[in-house]
Formats: sequence, structure tokens, C-alpha cells
Amino acid sequence: MFIYTRPAYQFCQVVLQGYLDEQFYQLEELQDESSPNFVEEVVTLFFRDSSRLVANIDQALQKYPQDFRRLDNFMHQLKGSASSIGAAKMKNECTSFREFCNKENREGCLRSFQKVKKEHAVLKQKLENYFQ
Amino acid sequence: MAVDAEAQFHVLAVDDSLMDRKLIERLLKTSSFQVTTVDSGSKALEVLGLKEDQTSTSALSPEHNEIEVNLVITDYCMPGMTGYDLLKKIKESSSLKDIPVVIMSSENVPSRINRCLEEGAEEFFLKPVQLSDMRRLRPHILKGKYKEQQLHQEENSNTNHIIVGSSNNNTMSNKRKAMDEEVLSERTRLRFSSSSLNVI
Repeated sequence: MFIYTRPAYQFCQVVLQGYLDEQFYQLEELQDESSPNFVEEVVTLFFRDSSRLVANIDQALQKYPQDFRRLDNFMHQLKGSASSIGAAKMKNECTSFREFCNKENREGCLRSFQKVKKEHAVLKQKLENYFQ
Repeated sequence: MAVDAEAQFHVLAVDDSLMDRKLIERLLKTSSFQVTTVDSGSKALEVLGLKEDQTSTSALSPEHNEIEVNLVITDYCMPGMTGYDLLKKIKESSSLKDIPVVIMSSENVPSRINRCLEEGAEEFFLKPVQLSDMRRLRPHILKGKYKEQQLHQEENSNTNHIIVGSSNNNTMSNKRKAMDEEVLSERTRLRFSSSSLNVI
């Protein structure tokens, strides 16, 4: 799906725009002859995981009464994945969501989740471009 | 030279996230560790040769089919058995308690960290784990091995008085002999590795 050709200037852009942080550099550092597709593989796994979790959260938000613990659990996982790949902006939105969850603020959760989804979509687009 | 100056140690990594397992595996392999990854605490115990309700590995498996694990690194938040639960099980096991355990977590919760350290964890890594964190693992493994050797040395000096008689004892003394050789070669290895100029 993603073909990693490493256009360095493009990468810097994505980092400078704040979407990805130094953690992404680390992924690059871990790629070598023995693991030549490492970054691509991790990114693929990330989108697989994150898409599933976003769908789970969407579903969970529809339910009444709201199970905030379950929501927080999903978001904890999503945040973890975002953090592992260096997705800085998305990670921050995840943190906001969890704060609303802790306060059991459904409205806040809904608003915040829109932002999480937006960051997720933007990231997907950026990384797709990057990998081409 | 046949001496293994950089003994390859085996790390068991436990994490329920596939992505994080992939990452930790790459980090460990890049740092010259042999790696086994599992997705749960119960699977980790299986690899270590311990069933969930046991406190010591089965004495009925003298062949030791399990590979030796030199260090366990585990995520804290996992469904079912948490990293903390796994840590406890390892430290409560007579056969596994000396294996160093490192806990990883994406959350910086001081009470959680202290709890783990008190239970016997060597270290606590904040996720995402870095390549530089890997350098902190080897000292814990070597420290454990040194302790193990001291124990062997003590045991050897205590059992120099061999009881002659039944065939059982012959097997025991053969075992001891095998252990002696193992201890000797290990000591040689450690001597070399501590004086080597390898930057870990």
C-alpha cells in the first residue's frame, strides 16, 4: 500500500507542520537493510489499529447510558498508537478527549472526538503523500 | 577467539498492542538482543515455563525445553493480566524471581511507578520507548548473572563433601560438574565483557 521512497524534504515539512514529532525520526532510524520496510510496516499497522479504534469509539458514543470507562479505554489505546508513531497533534486531541471522559462530559467528548477524527484523516493524507 | 564477549541475551517482550510489539522487537534486535514477543501475561508465563497457578516451574521437565529468558520487558496496561500482575507472578516464583523485569507504560503515574519498583521491577520506561532506553537493559541482566554465579560458588563450596554410595548421588555430582564448567566459562565470558571496550 505505501511505498517508502524517503523524500527527505517532504518529511521535514510534515514534521515542521507539527503533525509528526521526533518519534517518527526514531522509526526512520530503526529502518535498515535487515528491516528495509520497517517504517511502512509500522504506519500500516498504525492505520489498521487506529481505524478500528475510531470505529469502536464512534459506536460507543452512540450508546446510552454512556460507558465512559470503556470510551476512555479505547482512547487510551488510540493515544498510545498515535504516540508510538509520533502523531503529535492527534495525540493532543486524544488527551483532550480523555479529560472530557474523566469529567463524564458527553458533549465535550463528542466535540473532541470530531477533532481526533479530523487529525487522523489529515495524517492519513499526509503520510499517503509522503510514501508516494 | 571463541570467547563470546558480547553474549547475546534473550529478552521476552510482552505487549497487547501489535504495533508496540513490532516497535519493541525492532528496538531490541537493533540493540543485539534475541527477542521473543507475546501479547499477554499468560502467554509470557507459558514461555517462562510457568502455569498461571504454579509458583515454580515443573520439576518434572528436566529437559528444560523452554529457552532461557534473561529479561522480561512488559507493558503495564494489558487486558486480563496486567504488567504488574505478571511482575508479581515472576517475583513470587522461586524459579523465576531472579529474572529482571522492566515495566513500560504510556502514562507517567508516580504511584504506579513506585508500586512496580517496590514489587521488584528494575526500571520503568515511559512509552514510546527509545533506542537509548535499550542501553539500560544489559546492566540489569549482568547484575542478575553475577548474583547467580555467586550463588553457584556458594553452593559448590558447600557440596565439596561428596556422599559416596547410591547412584543418585553420582548423577548429582555429574550435574555439579556440568554446572562447574558452565560457571567457569560464564565467568570467563563476563570477565571479557566487562573489560571490553564495547559501548553499550
